[in-house]
Amino acid sequence: MKRPARIWAILVVAGFAAAAGAQTATDGRRSGFADMSPALQAIQRDDMSNPAMLWVAEGEAQWNARAGNAGKSCADCHGAGESMRGVAVRYPAFDAKARTVVDLDGRIDRCRNEHQRASSPAPESRPRLAIAAYVAFQSRGMAIAPPTGGSLDAAAIAGEALYRQRLGQLNLSCAQCHDERAGGSLAGVAIPQAHPTGYPLYRSEWQGLGSLQRRIRNCMTGVRAEPYPFGAPELVELEVFLMRRAAGMAWETPAVRP
Amino acid sequence: MAIPLVNAPARVRRGEVFEVKTLVAHPMETGFRPGMNGTLIPRDIVQRLRCRFAGADVIDVALSPAVAANPYVAFHVRAERSGTLELTWTGDNGFSASHSVAIAVE
Repeated sequence: MKRPARIWAILVVAGFAAAAGAQTATDGRRSGFADMSPALQAIQRDDMSNPAMLWVAEGEAQWNARAGNAGKSCADCHGAGESMRGVAVRYPAFDAKARTVVDLDGRIDRCRNEHQRASSPAPESRPRLAIAAYVAFQSRGMAIAPPTGGSLDAAAIAGEALYRQRLGQLNLSCAQCHDERAGGSLAGVAIPQAHPTGYPLYRSEWQGLGSLQRRIRNCMTGVRAEPYPFGAPELVELEVFLMRRAAGMAWETPAVRP
Repeated sequence: MAIPLVNAPARVRRGEVFEVKTLVAHPMETGFRPGMNGTLIPRDIVQRLRCRFAGADVIDVALSPAVAANPYVAFHVRAERSGTLELTWTGDNGFSASHSVAIAVE
């Protein structure tokens, strides 16, 4: 019986070493990873069992494939995918050219339109999630480091207001569940603290990959509010606020959640 | 285009039992779910995963609609000589994906 115990110990050590987000920071912030079942945690830790890696692999192929009227690939301008390390942890960011705050998916889409001169795939479509997952995957293990600045500060304030705004027929705000009742349960499902540490992530409920915007829209439908459309400035403002709230936590993309 | 993920060791000792883990991107639509207009969404699943090693069958899996999306299949293989592990997935609507890994036996 000694062997299984040793294997278990190795797995635990490997899990922490992989900085897979099992952090319980001294300030009490917890990644949703910490509240998952050990079986799901094992899936996230092992890249070979993590179904989100299928999207990462597809994103890598996209990174190197020429597309659009310009006939350029991402790699033609940016070089290897590894050059994207550290990018995902500082998005949403202010895009000086567009004079607006954009999230990572929005930034990739601008690049696609302007430099590749290709059309935008539909929000949440496979190619869109795959490239976002591949870029975000490069930052795995890094600490979330949201940038500051005039427009971003304004977006964070607007995002916080939205976070605390009661909405929908159930008249609930994000904060009422994810601040006040985090750690409790909603109809048998654990309520996490809502730190966006691993998007785009694989959710068993979705049987696929989804973005943070999809997750937020999902919650809005849950409180029976009309969700903002994909790419809406309100969703980006919420993203800015949530990333600041999670500043310093470990980046997990591609994460797995129930 | 489905890109399967396969994890198998590149070199093993003779007679060693090793694990092969496979993942393939597929929606695994059961055929039992009604769509937005109330009619059933037609079944679209991976029906079969076949693995051959050095010309011999290793495993031949029949998948059912009960299997979740992006099927994960792991199994153990013992190799007595070097060869290529060939995996083929086939399914509804002409779905097919394949992957091969060369394994050297020392």
